[in-house]
Amino acid sequence: MRWFWIDRFTEFVSGECTKGIKNVTMDEEVVDGYWPDYPILPSTLIIEGMAQLGGILVAEYHQFEKQVVLAKVGKASFLKPARNGDQLQYTVTLDSMQDLGATVNAVSHCDGELQAEVDLMFAFLEEGRFTDGPLFGSGDLRTMLRMMNFFSVAVDSQGNDVGEYRALRDEVA
Amino acid sequence: MALSKEEIFEKVQEALVEALGVDDDEVTEEATLVGDLGAESIDFLDIVFKLEKAFSIQIPREELSPEDILTDSNFVQDGIVTTEGIAELKNRMPWANLDTFAQNPRVQDFGNLLTVGDLVGYVSSKTE
Repeated sequence: MRWFWIDRFTEFVSGECTKGIKNVTMDEEVVDGYWPDYPILPSTLIIEGMAQLGGILVAEYHQFEKQVVLAKVGKASFLKPARNGDQLQYTVTLDSMQDLGATVNAVSHCDGELQAEVDLMFAFLEEGRFTDGPLFGSGDLRTMLRMMNFFSVAVDSQGNDVGEYRALRDEVA
Repeated sequence: MALSKEEIFEKVQEALVEALGVDDDEVTEEATLVGDLGAESIDFLDIVFKLEKAFSIQIPREELSPEDILTDSNFVQDGIVTTEGIAELKNRMPWANLDTFAQNPRVQDFGNLLTVGDLVGYVSSKTE
């Protein structure tokens, strides 16, 4: 399933914050079709893009060993619409990390101006509860991260390259 | 520095208003989180986060959610918590008012009886 709501990671500091961009294009069916004759990226998909960035920030903190899902949108405000041709710059910062989940604060900027502010809460699925296996097909998460430039920008809090993640390796049959 | 009950109540109230999207005046001491304020299970995670942050405390899951007692056949029979079970609950949660629950201690009702006042009592016990 194709479900990419960010185009690229531009920064990633493990355990702290991450940034990414989302280009809004006319060719996306949802941009053109959501409101007839008024191309716009629906705010819900801005939340989704922030959740993808934030979810990876949270999951990477645990070396991708935990199954992270978006659980709650605390607050979301949208100051201006995202139009065809806009480039949204998302910044997601880790707010708190607990045993059962985590919270992040996210903002979106367009042309240097604040476009949206969203607070998100993630939960960690327990083994055997709600799911019987991984959330991603073997290798899919690693491929998605690679396509989104994650491995080129990701560093730990000391600025060193992040190593390999055991949990992202292909499953051995 | 120990906070007064009023200060604790105000911070708990703020956390509940934010987590549950209710008004200040709905969050009274007697209001139940589930019945009166509409809290769902995912909201409890949010509430725990907010309380941990507001009071700089750790909230282990079993302290607010004694599932291990409520699913123990030594303490529960036919969906009703036994006298020993009630005692065990009181031991685990001395800050909670379990009198109403004890009158008709059905396991399924337990989650619905937690009040704002119980939360204030809990935070109080953790910040003394």
